[in-house]
Amino acid sequence: MAFYVVQFLTGLASAASLFLVASGLSIIFGVTRIVNFAHGAFYMIGAYIAFTLTERLSGTFGFWGGIVIAALAVAVIGVIVEMVLLRRIYHAPELFQLLATFGLTLMVEDLVVLIWGPDDLVGRRAPGFKGAIDFFGQNIPSYDLFLIVLSPVVLGILWLLFQRTRWGVLVRAATQDRDMVAALGVNQKWLFTSVFAVGVFLAALGGALQIPRDAVHHAMDLRIIVEVFVVVVIGGLGSIIGAFVAAVLVSELNAFGILIFPKISIILVFLVMAAVLIVRPWGLFGKPEAPARKTPGLTVNPWRPLTSNERLAALAALVIAATLPLFAGNYALTVGSEIAISVIFAVSLHFLMSVGGLASFGHAAYFGLGAYGVAFLAKMAGLPMIVCLLLGPLLGCMGAAVFGFFAVQLSGVYFAMLTLAFAQIVWSIAFQWVSVTGGDNGILGVWPASWAASPSHFYWLSLGVAALVTIALRAMVFSPFGYALRATRDSLLRSEAVGINAKSIQWTAFVIAGTTAGIGGALFAYLKGSVFPDNLGISLSVDALVMVLLGGVETVSGAVIGAIVYKALNIWLVSQTDLSKLVLGGFIVLIVVVFPKGIVGMLEMLAQRRRKASPPGSPLLAKPIESAE
Amino acid sequence: MKLTVQDLNSHYGPAHILFDIGFEVGEGEVVALLGRNGAGKSTTFRSIVGLVAQRSGRIMFEGKDVSARPTHEIVRDGLGYVPEERRIFTDLTVEENLEVGRQPKRPNAPHWTRDKLFSLFPNLGEMKNRPGGRMSGGEQQMLTIARTLMGNPSLVLLDEPSEGLSPKIVEQMVEAILTMKKEGVSIVVSEQNLHFARLISDRAYIIERGRICFGGTMAELDARPDIRDAHLSL
Ligand SMILES: Nc1ncnc2c1ncn2[C@@H]1O[C@H](COP(=O)(O)OP(=O)(O)OP(=O)(O)O)[C@@H](O)[C@H]1O
Ligand SMILES: [Mg+2]
Repeated sequence: MAFYVVQFLTGLASAASLFLVASGLSIIFGVTRIVNFAHGAFYMIGAYIAFTLTERLSGTFGFWGGIVIAALAVAVIGVIVEMVLLRRIYHAPELFQLLATFGLTLMVEDLVVLIWGPDDLVGRRAPGFKGAIDFFGQNIPSYDLFLIVLSPVVLGILWLLFQRTRWGVLVRAATQDRDMVAALGVNQKWLFTSVFAVGVFLAALGGALQIPRDAVHHAMDLRIIVEVFVVVVIGGLGSIIGAFVAAVLVSELNAFGILIFPKISIILVFLVMAAVLIVRPWGLFGKPEAPARKTPGLTVNPWRPLTSNERLAALAALVIAATLPLFAGNYALTVGSEIAISVIFAVSLHFLMSVGGLASFGHAAYFGLGAYGVAFLAKMAGLPMIVCLLLGPLLGCMGAAVFGFFAVQLSGVYFAMLTLAFAQIVWSIAFQWVSVTGGDNGILGVWPASWAASPSHFYWLSLGVAALVTIALRAMVFSPFGYALRATRDSLLRSEAVGINAKSIQWTAFVIAGTTAGIGGALFAYLKGSVFPDNLGISLSVDALVMVLLGGVETVSGAVIGAIVYKALNIWLVSQTDLSKLVLGGFIVLIVVVFPKGIVGMLEMLAQRRRKASPPGSPLLAKPIESAE
Repeated sequence: MKLTVQDLNSHYGPAHILFDIGFEVGEGEVVALLGRNGAGKSTTFRSIVGLVAQRSGRIMFEGKDVSARPTHEIVRDGLGYVPEERRIFTDLTVEENLEVGRQPKRPNAPHWTRDKLFSLFPNLGEMKNRPGGRMSGGEQQMLTIARTLMGNPSLVLLDEPSEGLSPKIVEQMVEAILTMKKEGVSIVVSEQNLHFARLISDRAYIIERGRICFGGTMAELDARPDIRDAHLSL
């Protein structure tokens, strides 16, 4: 019995950091409507700075002072980020906001390694809380008790701040209607900045308070942000009480999940999250939102099928690509295959995102499941390659069917957070379930059959599949299904009014996109000869998003160009620098701020401008970001 | 002149809504902006306070051109705006709603306090702690005006204050507007209801499909039944 009580208290103590970070995220979202993906990064920087400060400053005062100064310092960094970056994208579609803050996260991951090195850092114990308390023969660290008391205290302070101060009243008013607040003479800019500072302070404090419990390392940002997303999905985004209750719930589920399913404890959290989503899609304490701003609409060109000339041009491009083996070496062909596979992956996400308006931040899950599907079939069942290629993607299909069912219950930022959380769950299973997946060591020796073994044959295979997939998805855009899907994207309510079952259309699209991604993953397994958890990791999901974004979200097939350019750049970049995440993150931020319409969108815009010589300052073209609202 | 609008043009996306709007409001005057549904009254107000991004023209408030300034600065200069949709903060209590509108005292404008507003709108005084979401339409209309007055404006743009209100509440509204006028607040009120406008206004402009097509005193308007019948539905 005592053991369970202690386990319960451990869970409560873990909830403290989770609550701090989640409440910060919620507060920021409430006012700015931005889901700050970089919140995990601020948490991590808070921990690193606190580590350094508490090492340097001695004594009790040095320790606690170091923690608070670290959180304040990170809040200042947050203010700079808000003023330099976020102010430019408050009116951008939410997809761009998510991506820009994600780009920041990537940059921070490389920066902390650059500054603090790649090794785990073990911090000082908290003065006055070094010991443990005996509870019927079980030990409870006294620092845990401190954290357990801290959460409700912070909750109370936040409550007072929001209910009893003018700032709090303004923040609550802005959460409902920020334009009206401005129309009453309040400077929104500073209100937003101050809210962002408070939210970041809470995240950094959460990170700083973690150091006596856990080592500081450069992957702690993703771990916390995924848990925080789960917390806000369960508790309701924007609700501080919800963040508190859900943080406790998730922490307890983790604490006891370990006892029930030691290998895959995350399953329990997933089950609870799924249950909450079915009963209350907006979380336990959340409120249903008005339909959020969409992924960008068609502000450039209405979509149309290709003209016969364009078809010929595309065919010619394909033929030229097919001649690569005539003059290129093996390395170039392998790169070529990888690019072709990226095209498959990118068009599958593009289909979901641009046609369906559902921006998935965890699309790699289905790519990776396709790869694992092949590996299981080839290694365990020993099936021939052609059979594996046909059946392997079914694992991606099944994964998409299960997760997609829940994901399409939500939209906008919730959809993004949920898909990311699902992908992370799949990743954890692949990583933790060593007996089946090989864990970190992956599954090796997935080699293609002899007919596809030579680099040129494999290249032709990949190219052919990529072409088929692109054509098939494109045809689907202009099919009745495609029109129905676009209708659900453009107006969910109206589409339901004309008798479209929006959820089932979106679910179908999710499954199609997941299966297609699985096809890419299946080829990828054979290309590399192995499968690793990274094949369904977050960075791969982000790669896909960037490819789509780079090609242009608003185009029909921009993802093809985006994938080719991005993958080629990426392979080149990785060979050139160790700081590829820093460069990639900076690159994402740059695209979002400077080229929100992507390569193909830009080209179309230029072509259109030349054609019509549109009037100067034409409202559609003048302010690309604002008008996309 | 308190407020002078010249050559105001506004767009929503590709749609051109306002065409060369021009009008004037004198110190302490109540001016009505009359027009049918969709004529452009609300767009005119929103453009003046900078809530329509795409606008051009000159907006002189107390001798200064405010057309390039952000909304909150225009409002802080003393140009209050009461939106047609009321836009009460539904989760905030009456007192908190007023708090959001509070601005420092201004030398050239009447100073409003909570108590003064509660005597202007007695209903509000009886529900200080009620959330805005649980008030009737008429009470919300009073609150939205009171909230703007908390900013001590010297001019107020009132967008269709009588819309959807019972005759009894409309009477209270007339009283309140006349009190505001007596205190020295200049007012532009948009209306479809000519009878209501007549009770409070010194002069009127008529707007039709984004263009001003009449301007003059109430008496001059009454002398032109043709214009009245062509542009207003009574
Ligand atoms: N957000 C918007 N986007 C596009 N068009 C708009 C928008 N708001 C108003 N319009 C259009 O602008 C025109 C003028 O609208 P406005 O709201 O200014 O009229 P109004 O005179 O206030 O009408 P009412 O008496 O119904 O309030 C109308 O044709 C309307 O359809
Ligand atoms: Mg109106």
